[in-house]
Amino acid sequence: MSKDYSARLADIVSDNKDQLLDVWLAGLFSKLMRRDKAGDAEVRQKAAQFLPLLADTLKKSETLNIQSPEWGDLRQLLEEISQSRVRQGFTPIETASFIFSLKEPLFDHLRKALGDDSKQLADSIAVTSTLFDDLGLFTVEVYQKAREQVILRQQQELLELSTPVVQLWDGILALPLIGTLDSARTQVVMESLLEKIVETGSEIAIIDITGVPTVDTLVAQHLLKTIAAARLMGADCIISGIRPQIAQTIVHLGVNLEDVITKSTLADAFIIAMKRTGASINTSESRQQRA
Amino acid sequence: MERIPILRMGRLLLVTIQVDMHDRLAMTLQDDLTARIVKDRANGVLIDISALDIVDSFIGRMISNTAAMAKILDADTVLVGMQPAVAITLVELGLNLTGVRTALNVERGMQMLDRSHE
Amino acid sequence: MTDIMPVTVMPVKTDEDVVRLRKHVRDTMVAIGFSLIEQTKVITAASELARNTLRYGGGGEVSIHHIDEFDRKGVMLVFSDKGPGIEDIALALTDGYTSGGGLGLGLSGAKRLVDEFELDTRVGEGTSVSIAKWKRY
Repeated sequence: MSKDYSARLADIVSDNKDQLLDVWLAGLFSKLMRRDKAGDAEVRQKAAQFLPLLADTLKKSETLNIQSPEWGDLRQLLEEISQSRVRQGFTPIETASFIFSLKEPLFDHLRKALGDDSKQLADSIAVTSTLFDDLGLFTVEVYQKAREQVILRQQQELLELSTPVVQLWDGILALPLIGTLDSARTQVVMESLLEKIVETGSEIAIIDITGVPTVDTLVAQHLLKTIAAARLMGADCIISGIRPQIAQTIVHLGVNLEDVITKSTLADAFIIAMKRTGASINTSESRQQRA
Repeated sequence: MERIPILRMGRLLLVTIQVDMHDRLAMTLQDDLTARIVKDRANGVLIDISALDIVDSFIGRMISNTAAMAKILDADTVLVGMQPAVAITLVELGLNLTGVRTALNVERGMQMLDRSHE
Repeated sequence: MTDIMPVTVMPVKTDEDVVRLRKHVRDTMVAIGFSLIEQTKVITAASELARNTLRYGGGGEVSIHHIDEFDRKGVMLVFSDKGPGIEDIALALTDGYTSGGGLGLGLSGAKRLVDEFELDTRVGEGTSVSIAKWKRY
């Protein structure tokens, strides 16, 4: 039954291509919140490609399982459409409507073709409905995955923008960490600190965690690894801004900070760093006189 | 047979590793360095790896061993110029190159060796 | 996972083969779009495993695969030899660097550098180690 059904549906699609396209597009456009020329042109083009490809696939395929290889080209077309929708900021419903808007026009043609045979008509509509549901759900799935990737990319960019490494003095860098640290963010931040160490030729990096409310094992491990890596490169790190609660957490977690210099304030860390690099601060005479 | 050149600057030996070394070449370098420390009566060895984008455990151990042997021959070793990606990878690998001092670049490395001989 | 490009097979029989392998993995990973740190980790792991194949496996080969799943791409390397195999797998996977134990095969270290790691070994027949890294966004 499946093979006859496929062949019949393929014929209906091929024979009524233009009509189907018109009614389909009308339905599609009516569902969109906003429209523009370029978007419309793209939809028209993709719809025009979809119909013959659907007919072709139906004729050639042994199965109505859209995950099988024969349906690969059709899936590819739907992927392109979904990904484009994500880029243009459409909603998942607007994206899925690409498929669902084709159902009604197709049913109309099925009714016209099989009007006399109610059993065949019922079966055909049922099978067509299932097929289109599968295709529609597929477009939503692709949409969601594409959307996730956009979000991940944006997060990455935000990360890089929001963790600046500051040069406090010749040879002394400071990395003020603010907010909660998660594993991914910590890694990115630490990598950029090491890059900056090479770029500026700084021998000391002060990692200030005053603005970090909690530190978990993973973050502590990343911190330690960064300090170890900096040492291998020829630089030293000082951790400053450790609050009592964090000190407690660190001890509870059993994290070993024996080899690391720690200071409770950034200012203290800076003084140590200055001493290490051989610099010193002199207050000018006029200031001394005023005091 | 290819060899990595070793430069002498006073009592200091400078090695700049610029090629992706295969294991045999690394071992040859280790042998050459120890021989030169004795021959030139060097008291300092500077190993510049700023051009190396991969340092695996074999090379890492070669460097550790070289520093250890140098120490026995009364010479200090400083490793300079490790790239960030290499440093991160070595830490992840668990290799900590104990006994090897490090510096950001050749200049700092030389200062370090000078200070230790004052 | 599926291969999306033809698989490259390279011999691991000489020191020079290992150097060539490092370069090839670099080129492959650059083409896939991996970050510098990801490249460094995998090439270093490959170097460790290639050395094992050479020194303990009596020489063998490595196959390099571009791997592809619905929402991610990556690289996979499979090192195989027909050497003596590893008798004590647990010992081989012990962290040799920090504890001073293990077999010095660097397997535990290499494992930390990649996303997926599989060891297949049979005494008297040979060993196969495969590692994979996925490109993260």
